[in-house]
Amino acid sequence: MTTEVDDLKFRDPEAAEELAADIEAQMARIDEPVEIMHVCGSHEQVIAKFGLRSMLPADLSITMGPGCPVCVTNMPEVDEAVALAEAGKTVATYGDMFRVPGTVKSLADAKSEGASVEVVYSASDAVDLAAENPDEDVVFFATGFETTAAPTAAVLQADPPENFYVLSAHKYVPPAMEVVAEMPDTDVDAFLAAGHAATITGYGLFEEFTDEYDLPVVVGGFEPLDVLYGVRRILEFIEAGESGLDNAYPRGVSREGNVAAMGAIDEVFERTSGEWRGIAEIPEANFVLRDDYAAHSARRQFDVEAVDGAGDPLTEECICGNIMAGTASPKECDLFGEECTPSNPVGACMVSDEGTCKIALEYGGQPDL
Amino acid sequence: MCLGVPGEIKEIDGHEAVADFWGVERRVRLDVVGDAVDVGDYILNHAGFAIRKIPDREVEETMAIYESLFGDDVDEALDEIGAPQGADIDLGDEQPAAEPVGESNDD
Ligand code: SF4
Repeated sequence: MTTEVDDLKFRDPEAAEELAADIEAQMARIDEPVEIMHVCGSHEQVIAKFGLRSMLPADLSITMGPGCPVCVTNMPEVDEAVALAEAGKTVATYGDMFRVPGTVKSLADAKSEGASVEVVYSASDAVDLAAENPDEDVVFFATGFETTAAPTAAVLQADPPENFYVLSAHKYVPPAMEVVAEMPDTDVDAFLAAGHAATITGYGLFEEFTDEYDLPVVVGGFEPLDVLYGVRRILEFIEAGESGLDNAYPRGVSREGNVAAMGAIDEVFERTSGEWRGIAEIPEANFVLRDDYAAHSARRQFDVEAVDGAGDPLTEECICGNIMAGTASPKECDLFGEECTPSNPVGACMVSDEGTCKIALEYGGQPDL
Repeated sequence: MCLGVPGEIKEIDGHEAVADFWGVERRVRLDVVGDAVDVGDYILNHAGFAIRKIPDREVEETMAIYESLFGDDVDEALDEIGAPQGADIDLGDEQPAAEPVGESNDD
């Protein structure tokens, strides 16, 4: 299972320059623009932090797709959580969800107005909160992709207290890749798939995808050289005119993935179609609780009222959805770094550490190898 | 939320374990790790759950990668595991409700 990337030192500038030179030669041979989409906030952090884009030829672009779970959480889902908090439930959620704007307010706003909102670090902390407060209804606003859906599933399987409920906004990435691949305005030539999500799902599941969409998929790790190696591998496929699948992150990902985690997810959740904020309605990409877990489903047990109010007019100008679909970049947004900043975010892409806008603002993109 | 962080398992009690992350101990659940895990093994932690046991032969390399990724900024790594700085968590104690560390994650 060793591949070349295993033999590299992961931040060796010489190795990075060699890889970059290979990539430049590949691009010269391919002789047309190539767009690679990755779907992971951690990839974006590494690419931005180490200035990898500046090492690559101008006609090779790497864009971030729908890889930030907080960013794709739909506004009505935030509204549901806010409504539950305002209805007197204790809402527990991950830190990066806390300040994401809903139609009218965020959970942070609700908390400042007196609602009970707790930031938790893990699903089991939310269960502990319920156990310690048996007189309160504790709703865990559960967000994230496969890597956090598995823990949510695990705590539900472990017989949590009766007053523990889940408001699931968990999402499954592969169908979103399909939707983005099909978008007429998106011109993606290949995907660099996210190593950590694939740790759970295994990379085998992309086989069908590469066949059906005729696009190469390479699973990539999170060190600068991992990313460059993944890019070079993708360009090999493109140069050969193939739509292959490869695992450039064997340290973290196997073909079958984490079978126990996938089993837990399958037992607890089913997948329905749902809106990913600003992108599209995506089929079978939202995890909702199965009937067996209805007793712990916040949506089944509580009436969540629709939000009234028009919301912030600035959010109309937010192009976060286009950014995640790969058709715009943060700098094309008029609000970027002006009205919209990490301390005063307009869109979710500016809230999360994994959000494209926040990363773009933080790192700017200077090389730092 | 998306970045996994490697840690060394120090204690195990059923599905619950304590792992060491650069000198900070933190509670980690083993429900979905999918492999038998022993004290001394390294796992990849994701929001309080181990999602993968790191094979022995890959431990050194994995730790080196993370150290280079975080540079000298261990605080950043500790942010990822949601650990309040200087926190020392022991399985024997009653677990306090989580600190709202996420707020500081946002800055
Ligand atoms: S800068 Fe702010 S408003 Fe503009 S797209 Fe990004 S998140 Fe939305």
